[in-house]
Amino acid sequence: MKHRRYWVVPLAVLVLVGAVWAAAGAGASTGKASKTKVTLQLKWVTQAQFAGYYAAKAKGYYDQAGLDVRLKVGGPDIIPEQVVAGGGAEFGLDWLPSLLSARDKGTKLVNIAQVFAKSGMTQLTWKSSGIKTIPQMRGKKVANWLGGNEFELFAALTKAGMDPSKNKGVTIVKQPFDMNLFMKRQVDSASAMTYNELAQVLETKNPKTGKLTKLSDLNVIKMQNAGTGMLEDGIFTTDKWISDKNHQAIAKKFLAASFKGWIWCRDHAKDCVNAVLAQGPTLLKGHQTWQMNEINALIWPNTQGIGIMDKAAFNQTAKIAKQFKVIKKTPSGAYRDDLAKAAVAQLKKQGVDVNGKGWKKAVVKVTAGGK
Amino acid sequence: MRRGVGRVVLFVLVLAVLWGLWEGYRWLWMREAWTWPFVVDETSMPHLHSIFQALWSSARPGGVGPRLITILFHSALFTAKEAAVGFALGAVLGFCLGALLAHFRILARGFLPWVVASQTVPILVVAPMVVVWLNPKLPGRFQDWGAVAVIAAFLTFFPVTINTIRGLHAADRRALELMRSYAAGNWRILWKLRFPAALPYIFAALKVSATASVVGAIIGELPSSIQDGLGGQIINYSQYYTTQPTGLWATNVIAAALGITFFLIILVAEKLVVRRAPENVA
Repeated sequence: MKHRRYWVVPLAVLVLVGAVWAAAGAGASTGKASKTKVTLQLKWVTQAQFAGYYAAKAKGYYDQAGLDVRLKVGGPDIIPEQVVAGGGAEFGLDWLPSLLSARDKGTKLVNIAQVFAKSGMTQLTWKSSGIKTIPQMRGKKVANWLGGNEFELFAALTKAGMDPSKNKGVTIVKQPFDMNLFMKRQVDSASAMTYNELAQVLETKNPKTGKLTKLSDLNVIKMQNAGTGMLEDGIFTTDKWISDKNHQAIAKKFLAASFKGWIWCRDHAKDCVNAVLAQGPTLLKGHQTWQMNEINALIWPNTQGIGIMDKAAFNQTAKIAKQFKVIKKTPSGAYRDDLAKAAVAQLKKQGVDVNGKGWKKAVVKVTAGGK
Repeated sequence: MRRGVGRVVLFVLVLAVLWGLWEGYRWLWMREAWTWPFVVDETSMPHLHSIFQALWSSARPGGVGPRLITILFHSALFTAKEAAVGFALGAVLGFCLGALLAHFRILARGFLPWVVASQTVPILVVAPMVVVWLNPKLPGRFQDWGAVAVIAAFLTFFPVTINTIRGLHAADRRALELMRSYAAGNWRILWKLRFPAALPYIFAALKVSATASVVGAIIGELPSSIQDGLGGQIINYSQYYTTQPTGLWATNVIAAALGITFFLIILVAEKLVVRRAPENVA
């Protein structure tokens, strides 16, 4: 029989797998055995919203605390609550109502630090539309990202007598990650975080005027002012993990180092933006500078000290969540502030300013295209 | 040689026609201000040349930092690693499963519907589950991207299985009878007769799978917290689509190029392997 080369196929497959294996091996780093490894699951992709954690890593604050912290980026299909509950990360970062909702459904998660003290959520409308308030959205097309980000808006609409979850009185449109629906006026109102989407709108030409959109072209309806502002980015873990004394010590160190990162970003906003830019070669400076400033405004000034849960704000979030059926029961044990308090006390002892009383929001000039 | 030149000319010609169609559509819709099926403007359909310009210029303004194409090339390499491992995994498993089902009819009757059903479940649903279940169990060096390779394998194995079954049954009946009359065992018949006869079928499947594995890898990156691949770039640029539409288009161009590369590699492998087989009639 003639010699044929069928062996080429399995051989090629073998070589391919072998090569990739070798490449993967070369890329794997040997872990630092002495450091405690922990992972923080972020809520979204790399941006200044998470600047404090990137800064804590870049400045070596985690290192100094004996921690080897991995920051896992989020994405459209990543729910931090699920990742943490599934053991994919020790710590997660998400909006408080999402955590309350997960806890209400039986996933035992607990907030250990409330980093953002104010809500950054807004609804945008064009000034020319005449829609200045939530009640005026009756019968209009209102866009939101949904998937756990709709609670503040839905609460506000419900408060004004509409039923957004059943599309009664208002038409809810699923909003993509970009702001094109709003720019093209295909919706009457779109959700926008002060630190991200609002800037994107301002960085884009208003199709009506042909010039960059101005704040005066818009109505910015803040959920904070509509009375349905909820607490957003906070750090959580599972009840089970944190019940261990050793883990509590780790969490305290993690919080102290993270807070220190945020404090550095407050006092060195420019350098902090650069630390974020170093994480993604395609991120643009103009946009991230705007974001850093707005994020700082959600944290500072902080009378209790960064990360310590404000009971009144928690109760408001819980009340709204229950009123609008995000949760069925009044939450209990959904947060603990002892670790954040201990971390803040430790920083105070080192002479670090944990309140930022003197901090004032800077004026960041919008750049075309966020450049 | 001459055929080669002809092909290049044809390729360039088709490219020019496609370019013309894009720009022509854009020009007409903008001139007439037609809004169906969508409004055409700088954001929804940037000029093709501005997309390639974006690829060539640096990702950040002022000419600092690497060119976008360099960044995307490295992302493509990362995705290629996931896709290649997934492809190899899927091809081997797909073939083994196909061979098994081809030999045992009862198994084929029982399992084939489930194999088909596995492909009707949207990959977007499967991907997050694979990541959540598999990732914590993977050893360090495979963490994260290993789960993505499995997702790519999930898209790869199906065409291979189906075509393997068909291919293994495609051997010449007379040759089969001859082998049997020589008292050749099933293994021998498989490797000496059925497998060579199945190769054209298998390669047809591999070509489909090669591109599917790239799609699987990109989709798999989305729920995996992976920023280094093309999937990560796609999320990032879709967020900034309003302000930088060319970035997302440029990423699409590179993703397409990666899929085409995978396809071409299989094509070359096919040329090397199947051409020598006299059974190459299909």
